[in-house]
Amino acid sequence: MKYTGNVIKYGDNVDTDVIIPARYLNTSDHNELASHCMEDLDKTFVSRVQQGDIITAGQNFGCGSSREHAPIAIKASGVSLVIAKSFARIFYRNSINIGLAIVECPEAVDGISEGDKVEADLDSGIIRNLTTGKEYKTEPFPEFVQKIIENGGLMQSIANGIIA
Amino acid sequence: MGMTMTQKILAAHAGLEKVQAGQLILADLDLVLGNDITSPVAIKEFAKLGKDNVFDKNKVTMVMDHFAPNKDIKAAEQCKMCRDFCGEKEITHFYDVGKMGIEHALLPEKGLVTAGNVVIGADSHTCTYGALGAFSTGVGSTDMACGMAIGKAWFKVPSAVKFELKGCLRQYVSGKDVILHIIGKIGVDGALYRSMEFTGEGLASLNMADRLCIANMAIEAGAKNGIFEVDDITLDYIREHGGAEPVIFKADDDAVYDEVITIDLDNIEPTVAFPHLPENAKTFDEIGDIKIDQVVIGSCTNGRLEDLVAAADIMRGHKCAENVRVIIIPATQQIYLDAMEMGLLRTFIECGAVVSTPTCGPCLGGYMGILAEGERAVTTTNRNFVGRMGHVGSEVYLASPATAAASAITGKITSPWEVMCL
Repeated sequence: MKYTGNVIKYGDNVDTDVIIPARYLNTSDHNELASHCMEDLDKTFVSRVQQGDIITAGQNFGCGSSREHAPIAIKASGVSLVIAKSFARIFYRNSINIGLAIVECPEAVDGISEGDKVEADLDSGIIRNLTTGKEYKTEPFPEFVQKIIENGGLMQSIANGIIA
Repeated sequence: MGMTMTQKILAAHAGLEKVQAGQLILADLDLVLGNDITSPVAIKEFAKLGKDNVFDKNKVTMVMDHFAPNKDIKAAEQCKMCRDFCGEKEITHFYDVGKMGIEHALLPEKGLVTAGNVVIGADSHTCTYGALGAFSTGVGSTDMACGMAIGKAWFKVPSAVKFELKGCLRQYVSGKDVILHIIGKIGVDGALYRSMEFTGEGLASLNMADRLCIANMAIEAGAKNGIFEVDDITLDYIREHGGAEPVIFKADDDAVYDEVITIDLDNIEPTVAFPHLPENAKTFDEIGDIKIDQVVIGSCTNGRLEDLVAAADIMRGHKCAENVRVIIIPATQQIYLDAMEMGLLRTFIECGAVVSTPTCGPCLGGYMGILAEGERAVTTTNRNFVGRMGHVGSEVYLASPATAAASAITGKITSPWEVMCL
């Protein structure tokens, strides 16, 4: 799976309350959630995010609540991939389960700046910064997780008999 | 190589003799939980499978607690969706207004979790039940839907950090101070992806409210779960609340831990986590004069009877400070009733506080106590992220019920030791 997009960069400990504030959790409509994505951290996000953009972030991205609304809001806002130094565990599994591409790569996060154009190939584990020409290597997902992603998420994996 | 408590429970539920850290497993679930915010997403996912029924109608539970009693029309519609689903699928343990309480206080009280269980809940604080010697962890709505459908969940077997507790807590110091101290020490990702296992002779001085509070906030250190070694205090609690027969898993003597941290309970002081991360823990020698606008005592972390007793002991005979709003939220109907019979509600009301029906409301900035720009709250809840309780320009300070009560009286962040002249 290949992803190409321009980077929007954030720091450490971006929590689910700023990704999608609880005051908007009275809905599960994807587009409505996307319209408030990152609102309490970056009021400009919604107006500047473009289809295919890539978020990079520091440690512990998605910490806090279990709300699946957080990866849903990011995915529905058009973001194709999140690269972070590390992810909070519930956000990590939620992203896999709903089919939002995520990858941990501290070196890439340090080497990529806001606005850079980045290409990531998660099969080969190569992240390329097209703006600087630098390349970074990541670990591929375990086979079991890869299967869930290939099947389009957890529910589809159950429907396809991959998990029973 | 031996296994930790968590690894043993997971192995038993995956039908394996042995598991090791990093291994991916599919485990059988004893209970699947959702609330009025996370369940609607799970119900929509569940519908995609076209299954008529959940895997076991006695092993799925939904609790209407976050925005219930309904805060607005959209919240009402989300609760209705859960109510209709549970009615249609004949879910035994559906808790609506009148029966509901804050989920993580309610489930142990109702005896729905016992030692040795594997529980997932679409709420990050599901790790609370580790206090009962269960493996219990927060997941998202899709995992909940999967759990409701097939009674299983996938897990990466975690490694663990062992917390060896020694000594005994001092007066007006509680489990909340212990966990804020620990998170202050290891950081908000200090236990990322790992188990926090609590053991040692110090356990004897921690009551179940303390333990539930500590396990509850394991997630604030990034942990997958927090779990306590089972002792007589655990077993008495499970028995009193009609829980199923406990199965006790003890860590092997040669279990491997990433780290062993000794916590001397004698040295724990009243602790406050400053905005905007739970790891910003400070003791009162580092805290100056900080005026506050609101106090909240309640939540899945600290809304239990012991918490209300601790707050009432400090507030009795005093008045809340001028211009400080004090909101007390017993976590369940039973706690509300017990607090009423013990006269605690009178104490709070005479002091100038309000007492609310059980709800998560203010903890996550939903309703029932939202902060304006520039306002500060001392609360017994679990998160102090930017905008957590209202305006992005407001501030949340996390503390124990005793510290929150002392602060309510003085109008500034205050140690219970100061008010009680210790």
